[in-house]
Amino acid sequence: MKVHGTVHKYGDNIDTDVIIPARYLNTASHSELASHCMEDIDKEFISRVKPGDIIVADKNFGCGSSREHAPIAIKASGISCVIATTFARIFYRNAINIGLPILECPQASAAIQAGDEVEVDFDTGVITDVTTGQTFSAQPFPPFIQNIIQKGGLLNSMEK
Amino acid sequence: MGMTMTQKILAAHAGLPEVKAGQLIEAKLDMVLGNDITSPVAINEFEKCGACSVFDKNRIALVLDHFVPNKDIKAAEQCRQTRNFAGKYDIKNFFDVGRMGIEHALLPEQGIVGPGDCIIGADSHTCTYGALGAFSTGVGSTDMAAGMISGKAWFKVPSAIRVTLKGKPTGFVSGKDVILHLIGEIGVDGALYQSLEFTGDGVAALSMDDRLSIANMAIEAGAKNGIFPVDDVTRSYCEGRFTRTPVEYTADEDAEYTREVVIDLSTLRPTVSFPHLPENTRTIDEIGEKEVKIDQAVIGSCTNGRMEDLRAAASLLKGRKVADGVRCIVIPGTQQIYLQAMKEGLIETFITAGAVVSTPTCGPCLGGYMGVLGKGERAISTTNRNFVGRMGHVESEVYLASPAVAAASAVTGYITDPAAL
Repeated sequence: MKVHGTVHKYGDNIDTDVIIPARYLNTASHSELASHCMEDIDKEFISRVKPGDIIVADKNFGCGSSREHAPIAIKASGISCVIATTFARIFYRNAINIGLPILECPQASAAIQAGDEVEVDFDTGVITDVTTGQTFSAQPFPPFIQNIIQKGGLLNSMEK
Repeated sequence: MGMTMTQKILAAHAGLPEVKAGQLIEAKLDMVLGNDITSPVAINEFEKCGACSVFDKNRIALVLDHFVPNKDIKAAEQCRQTRNFAGKYDIKNFFDVGRMGIEHALLPEQGIVGPGDCIIGADSHTCTYGALGAFSTGVGSTDMAAGMISGKAWFKVPSAIRVTLKGKPTGFVSGKDVILHLIGEIGVDGALYQSLEFTGDGVAALSMDDRLSIANMAIEAGAKNGIFPVDDVTRSYCEGRFTRTPVEYTADEDAEYTREVVIDLSTLRPTVSFPHLPENTRTIDEIGEKEVKIDQAVIGSCTNGRMEDLRAAASLLKGRKVADGVRCIVIPGTQQIYLQAMKEGLIETFITAGAVVSTPTCGPCLGGYMGVLGKGERAISTTNRNFVGRMGHVESEVYLASPAVAAASAVTGYITDPAAL
């Protein structure tokens, strides 16, 4: 499986309060959450984002609250993949559990710039910056997690 | 190779003689927790996958605490959905308005969680119960749904940082200052994917309320969990509360730690985290007398809404007044704490001083209601996060501190050393 999109770039410690502010947690509607995604750190994000786009960030992406509304908002906004130096652990779990692909790759996070066109191959873990021609290797998911993603999320993987 | 305390609990709950850091395991759960924000998402998932029963109606806790009493119609609907689910599946530990408290103050108080437990909660501060010698960690709503169905969760066994506490805290130094100091030392991702295992002779000098505050903010260092050894303080706290059989685990002598952090409690000073990260710490001595003017002081939350917190705040507000231009909001963590504070005369102290006292709620901590900040406003708060926009307007600021510092600051209108009052 491959995805291809334009990069939205962020720094360190992007917390769940800026990904989806708590004032919008009175709903579980995916589209409503998406309409406020990143608004406290990047007001233009939601008007700029296109289906398939990719978020690239530095360390500890998704720190803070356990709200699953954060990866839900990102996924529902059209983002196809998040690449970061590291992820906060609850966000990491939540993203996998809801089927938002995420990859840890410090080299890619450092080199890729906002606006670059990037392609990600989840089968090989290869990240290609189409704009600059650079390629990076991310660790592919362990089999246990691959199973969850292939089945379309944790609950699907549990059935049977 | 020996195991850490966390690894031992995980091994026992996975039915394995031994686990190693990095190993993927499936563990049995003693308790699965959710609140009015995270449960609706979990219930949607639960229903979407066609589940028609929970694994154990006695081992699920649903606490309406974030936006209750309902702050608006949408919040009311989320509570209604959770309430209906609790009724349909006869969930024993369902806490509605009148019985509810802030979940992480409530569950230990009610004896729902205890030593040796393996707990997940769809709230990041579920790590609080590590204070009781439990493995307890925050997860998302999908994990909560899966946990409610199967009674199990998958974990990657964490490595650990050993935090050795020495000596005794002095003056106004509390558990909050210990954890803010530690986060300042190791950073907001200093314990990413790891356990924080507290040990050393200093543990005995910390009350259960101190330990609950410390374990509560393990997540603010990125940790999977924070955990304290079980000692007489734990045993006496659990007596008469915890109805299941407590199991005491201890780390092996040869357990492996990725690093050790030593904290001499006797040298700590009241500590404040400046915006916009909990790691931006300064001791009270590094803050000028009239350097940081505040508009609001919040005393409460799952971090600091317990009896000792209210007593510390009241001891400073007694016979004093909240400064003009400052809104001081006191939020007891549970109904029981509220009642006890009333019996001890603390509520009268707060109201006489010019503070307001709220029913238990997470409210302002996450910018929900009951004390949302406007543009450019600053709060000193005993809560746990000071991210951009956390308590309200994106241009507001939150300074994290202990109840003593928050109360002293409410009196002067500036961030203030309680010893200077």
